[in-house]
Amino acid sequence: MRFSALKIIREGLTGNKGWTPHWRDPEPKSEYDAIVIGGGGHGLSTAYYLAKNHGMTNIAVLEKGYLGGGNVGRNTTIVRANYFLPGNSEFYSHSLKLWEGLEEDLNYNVMHSQRGIINLFHSDGQRDAAARRGNAMINQGDDAILLDREGVRKMLPYLDFDNARFPIYGGLYHPRGGTARHDAVAWGYARGADQRGVDLIQNCEVTGIDIENGKVTGVQTTRGAIRAKKVGMVVAGRSGQVAAMAGMRLPIESHVLQAFVTEGLKPVIDHVVTFGMGHFYISQSDKGGLVFGGDIDFYASYAQRGNLPTAEHVIEAGMTLMPMIGKAKMLRSWGGIMDMSPDGSPIIDRTHIEGLYLNTGWCYGGFKAVPASGWCMAHLMATDTPHEVAARYRLDRFETGRGLLDEEGTGSQHNLH
Amino acid sequence: MRINCPHCGPRDRREFTYQGDALALDRPDPEAGPDVWNDYIHNRDNPAGPTRELWYHETGCAAWLVVTRDTVTHDIHAVELASAVKGAGK
Repeated sequence: MRFSALKIIREGLTGNKGWTPHWRDPEPKSEYDAIVIGGGGHGLSTAYYLAKNHGMTNIAVLEKGYLGGGNVGRNTTIVRANYFLPGNSEFYSHSLKLWEGLEEDLNYNVMHSQRGIINLFHSDGQRDAAARRGNAMINQGDDAILLDREGVRKMLPYLDFDNARFPIYGGLYHPRGGTARHDAVAWGYARGADQRGVDLIQNCEVTGIDIENGKVTGVQTTRGAIRAKKVGMVVAGRSGQVAAMAGMRLPIESHVLQAFVTEGLKPVIDHVVTFGMGHFYISQSDKGGLVFGGDIDFYASYAQRGNLPTAEHVIEAGMTLMPMIGKAKMLRSWGGIMDMSPDGSPIIDRTHIEGLYLNTGWCYGGFKAVPASGWCMAHLMATDTPHEVAARYRLDRFETGRGLLDEEGTGSQHNLH
Repeated sequence: MRINCPHCGPRDRREFTYQGDALALDRPDPEAGPDVWNDYIHNRDNPAGPTRELWYHETGCAAWLVVTRDTVTHDIHAVELASAVKGAGK
């Protein structure tokens, strides 16, 4: 089934009786060429690109719950390529290019909206840092425009420009940044993978990883044993538990990151806006809700819900930046479980076990990475060599200290990012 | 979330700073080698369930605490002074 405007009109006129399920619900086979553990954004895009780019169609995605039920359905939907360090720059640049062709590629409306991101700054020092970051983005081939105070005022007249403590000096504008409909990204990749023959197996929890003579041979699941010579672990916040089945301890701590949404309002925030003096980012969904978030709660958690002090901090930052949002009623808050790495950057790499691959460490930023993460993870699993834009996402960089990707410059230890 | 400080009694989470896994108390020998040190600094059990971690009573008595806490429910099962834990060799 292909989606098109004509199809929507025809179905609208004939009682919407012609729609079919977007993917099958297959029974697991006893053996596949490759298995992807985790049916979230990254796992589904990995399966999609394994099939599309590498012709591997005898593969399965094993998901313990339902497709897209984890972080890909629990984030603030921001898509951007505004990184500074080599290693991150080329990866996120590649991801943004994939986003720009994603809807056509998937024949699926992921509501990708390049409404622009403005990172505000509030001091001379921050302006210098923003200019330097903007130059790095331009060198990478992406777009960045340094806005002065009046330039920001034209675009975001509702900000508190004369705040006594945090006056606004300007902003770094990234026009190609924006948002996308998070669930639709998971669904689009799931449908695309399914159409190419990938088995998407839900309610199938992996309970063990079979290893013989240093090689992976398959997995044990709640729906029986499944053999495969290649297994990818793509489980974000649950990476520690899955890797433990292979006897591995990872440089990952799982933390809860909260997000918030208000009641639906008429259009008021046209871009993605971030505060430079407190961790706060906001955009408005197409449904009208103001969607915003801030820091993690800063303690290990698998609870998918946070505590009040962080909620207060985020809302205080928002009120400082744009006092008008105090008029909106908060509708919901929720939490996702972040796979926090010591340097704040991800890992896409082989493990010491042959045929076992690892994709983790996405910290705050997994959503925008979904296309490139799957692209590079599929390349790694199919060819056994890292893709050039993810070549620096090595697991051993913490041990050796070489090639650390500490974007914030705060150090490479847990609890600093 | 409230933490029952052995010195100060039950206090709000806002008074405390989280440091991480209490394995930080088991500092390896300086000559233990790079594998042991890498494991100590970077690798974590990261359990979904009970865990022991270090919290600092920053705006209270400034004591370091070993808190046994469930990462799934956020329930706190035990709070001990880190100095006592270290002294007892636990």
